[in-house]
Amino acid sequence: MKPLSVPERLAKNRFNLDEEECHIEVNQEIARATGTGKALVACCPAHVYTEEPDGTISVEYAACLECGTCLAVAAPGALTWHYPRGGFGVQFREG
Amino acid sequence: MPEAAEPDFDVIVVGAGIAGSVTACQLARQGRSVLLIERGESPGSKNLSGGVLYSRGIQQVFPDFLQEAPVERRITRNYITFLNAGSSIGIDYKDSRLADPVNAVTVLRAKLDPWLAEKCEEAGAIIMPGVRVDRLLTEDGAAGRRVIGVQAGEDELRARVVVAADGVNSFLAKEVGLRKEEPLNHLAVGVKSVVALPRETIEARFNLTGDEGAAIAVVGDCTEGVGGGGFIYTNTDSISVGIVVRLDDLIARQKVVTDIFDHFLEHQFIAPYLEGGELVEYGCHLVAEGGMSMVGEIAMDGMIVVGDAAGLTLNTGLTVRGMDLAVASAVAAAEGIGSALERGDTSRAGLAGYREKFFASYAGQDMKTYARAPAFLELERMYKSYGELFADVLYGTFSLDTQPRRHLLSVARKALSRSPLKMRQLVHDGIAGARAL
Repeated sequence: MKPLSVPERLAKNRFNLDEEECHIEVNQEIARATGTGKALVACCPAHVYTEEPDGTISVEYAACLECGTCLAVAAPGALTWHYPRGGFGVQFREG
Repeated sequence: MPEAAEPDFDVIVVGAGIAGSVTACQLARQGRSVLLIERGESPGSKNLSGGVLYSRGIQQVFPDFLQEAPVERRITRNYITFLNAGSSIGIDYKDSRLADPVNAVTVLRAKLDPWLAEKCEEAGAIIMPGVRVDRLLTEDGAAGRRVIGVQAGEDELRARVVVAADGVNSFLAKEVGLRKEEPLNHLAVGVKSVVALPRETIEARFNLTGDEGAAIAVVGDCTEGVGGGGFIYTNTDSISVGIVVRLDDLIARQKVVTDIFDHFLEHQFIAPYLEGGELVEYGCHLVAEGGMSMVGEIAMDGMIVVGDAAGLTLNTGLTVRGMDLAVASAVAAAEGIGSALERGDTSRAGLAGYREKFFASYAGQDMKTYARAPAFLELERMYKSYGELFADVLYGTFSLDTQPRRHLLSVARKALSRSPLKMRQLVHDGIAGARAL
């Protein structure tokens, strides 16, 4: 099977993007102080988190598969993460 | 205990996964008024599993399950393998007895769960999809905090009992302190691709006929030494391929989860299974692996927790279970809630029948039996050294390199002396494994 990048994989999925509300927020100061940012980048299967050259963590919430792994590894206070509003986000057709 | 205001429903179930839908269905069958709330646009759209479902429990709930439910294949072949960089060694267990009676099936949850929700509706439950529950409604009474309903956006809905079936992240259980933040060695992340292949190709490639299915479990190089494993499960016309890696180990080794997944997919012994396939979906799931130690309080005044939300998953090394435990907890929950409603006491004490019934069930007893399995499976050497040692012993036996052969025992001793494993560890792991598993 042809190797696919993570964005190419995600493109196979169906998403109902919530244009109005982002369900993920990183507290940059706490993330920087605790080093949590690197863990978020490493553990997210959807590559929602990216470490920018200035050290901040950017968030591509539209790609989120809603597993909650980031929340489990994040230092206290570094991440606000809840599920997207009802009906929004990834909609699995296989599961 | 007298109820304050007349609630809207006897029971509100949050989450239309297996645990939630089976609870809702069983309670509706008892004649209770049941509301099943699901945040996905339809039941199943947020749900994902590996997915082998050990099906005997759910067959008791739905006697026509195997004939009617959208299941994929009936597992008759279990292939357990240690994978090294350039070698693999495994046990290929195929048994026609596993087909009659059927013991396990592969499932795709976005297909199975709508069927379960349909059964709930047929039984009289009301299903409300596309609604996210934001928080619990509680009130403080003399006996402490009591759950009286849920809030979803502007709507407040009240029930005599709320069932938190909101999955491994259970925000509801955390909100009222029934679940704590888990240590990372109790959690793993699963990453999975569903890869479409013609059914004839699957049957030829996995040595299957008809609706027979295979479950391949892999440990070793597939996770680059990180605690966890890989899997390949056959569906009707696709295969589910994935890894599950423990979060504490992933972070300690500074690995990137998607690199490990790529490494698995491209491994010379894994890639041939996927040859010619086309990715149809990519997903992931947080997995609770703490076993019994994750199961704390599962009931409080006005609320109980079922399935993944209650931490009910079990990795015994050979079998990885979650969905059958969800069924068992749901059946126990419906019984416990039913008798609590009958007595008019839905306090924690009134709901205690749930816990008793669950731990009296085969599933609850298995949770206790395998209580030591998580610690055993955390041993680092399980994921690297053992596979290499076994392969070295076999290489010494099969590689007829024109040198005179030595007895197997001597080959094994030599392999062990080269391995980082010590005889002391082998003995320890043998005993610990026998006790844990």
